[in-house]
Amino acid sequence: MKVYGSVLKLRLSMGMQYRAAALAGVATQFFWGFITIMVFEAFYEYAVQTPPISLREIISYIWLQQAFLVFITMWFRDNELFELITSGNIAYELCRPCELYGFWYAKLLAQRLSSAILRCFPILFVSFLLPKPYNMTLPPSLTTFLLFLSALLLGLFLLVAISMFLYISVFITMSPAGSLLVFSILGEFFAGLIIPVPLMPTWLQKIANVLPFRWTADFPFRVYSGHIPQNEAMIGILIQLGYLLVLVLLGRFALNRVIRKVVVQGG
Amino acid sequence: MRLYYKYLLILFKSQMQYRTSFWLLSVGQFFIPLTIFAGLYLLFERFGQIKGWQFFEVALCFAIIHMAFSLSECFARGFDQFSSLVIKGEFDRLLVRPRSTFVQVLGSKFEFIKFGRLLQSIIVLVWALSNLPIEWTSIKAITLMLMIVSGVLIFTGIYMLAATMCFWTVQGLEVANIFTDGGREMAQYPLNIYQKWVARFFTYVIPFGTVNYLPLMYILGKTQGNGIIYLLTPIAGGLFILPCFLFWQFGVRHYRSTGS
Repeated sequence: MKVYGSVLKLRLSMGMQYRAAALAGVATQFFWGFITIMVFEAFYEYAVQTPPISLREIISYIWLQQAFLVFITMWFRDNELFELITSGNIAYELCRPCELYGFWYAKLLAQRLSSAILRCFPILFVSFLLPKPYNMTLPPSLTTFLLFLSALLLGLFLLVAISMFLYISVFITMSPAGSLLVFSILGEFFAGLIIPVPLMPTWLQKIANVLPFRWTADFPFRVYSGHIPQNEAMIGILIQLGYLLVLVLLGRFALNRVIRKVVVQGG
Repeated sequence: MRLYYKYLLILFKSQMQYRTSFWLLSVGQFFIPLTIFAGLYLLFERFGQIKGWQFFEVALCFAIIHMAFSLSECFARGFDQFSSLVIKGEFDRLLVRPRSTFVQVLGSKFEFIKFGRLLQSIIVLVWALSNLPIEWTSIKAITLMLMIVSGVLIFTGIYMLAATMCFWTVQGLEVANIFTDGGREMAQYPLNIYQKWVARFFTYVIPFGTVNYLPLMYILGKTQGNGIIYLLTPIAGGLFILPCFLFWQFGVRHYRSTGS
């Protein structure tokens, strides 16, 4: 456990080096958030029937999405790991005296975490100060907030567990392009990045509910705005835990399988 | 022009070396905007309209902007990744050659995989046009063509501006993404759904409004008045590239090599 802790720490400080890049990213995300909110505002203005989620809830949903974008997106990836696998340097990794799954998991987790820490505070801070109706609002109660925090953290763990499959698949395909494509299109769409899950038609919502992607981001954001009531949020967190357990076990099993078959070419 | 054509041929051959990867990436480029379009469709399915615009009208707008964006990404990729030329000091090589830097940078990169994206927007365009009751006249057809051309020019202009900034900052500026990716995202809806200040900024400073709003209204028959004026608006928008080009020339003169 200590090993994984230090990997996490090392990666965190590495990620913090790129502060200027993060700031530029923040500016872009602000613009993005504004545009998206304005589009929804225009849609809501002439809505015929009452939409299943209010504009207020959508606005905090969008700002949270922008602040924690790295918790959703699949394209946020570690090219180093891909190179390790395709170039055969994976041999070094196999020599390390700790289990590969945990090691990589910690690495990927730290990457997303450091990037999120850099970005989320400025975005959240400014979004609270914005004039109405664009500002972000506080969650309805403290319990909701605590539930949101735990759901968000679990969501991050879940996302990293999902993204591990991406790296495992590269062992077989040797090129990340294809699997990255499938993962990012399906994953981002069903995580509500393009349109929020409650605005999807019912049949799509059913699919989204079965897939794990929704639980990484859409669920915690809706807990925050109170769109998902507290008792349902509790059940949701249990579902997250279940998914996490299954995905980690599956991922470890799969990784151990592919490693046994790994062929290190030349070098 | 012949030189540019040769550049393209070489780049095409080099990209075709990795055939599977090329096709996979093209397919990817096809599907990524498809999910965005699916999102648009689903939103219209729920809300029916956006400030009086119907689905197919917005789809037309979407198709034009995405077409312009993918074309400019194909052609002007060299400017987009210009910072790497400056960092490595390779721009010096371009300067000593007896051809304009503009053509050389333009020809330094060309991404054929973006054709996947182009194909997707063409399909959307055809679908939208076949479902819209437009009374076609030759002026309207020309306007439509000009809208796309002008969109390409505007995106290219933004890429050039960002590239020129590299002469001073050396590092590439990610902020430019606001106006390229962000501009695309914004301009896929007609401009009048936004707040006044956004609409104004994107009409007078970066003239997306002359591509996706004024002529669009004319094509859809939402305004009265002389067609020629609406025909001219995309041309006016396309003029955006001129100051960008001058700024580029100015930047080249102030270029200081990074050595190495």
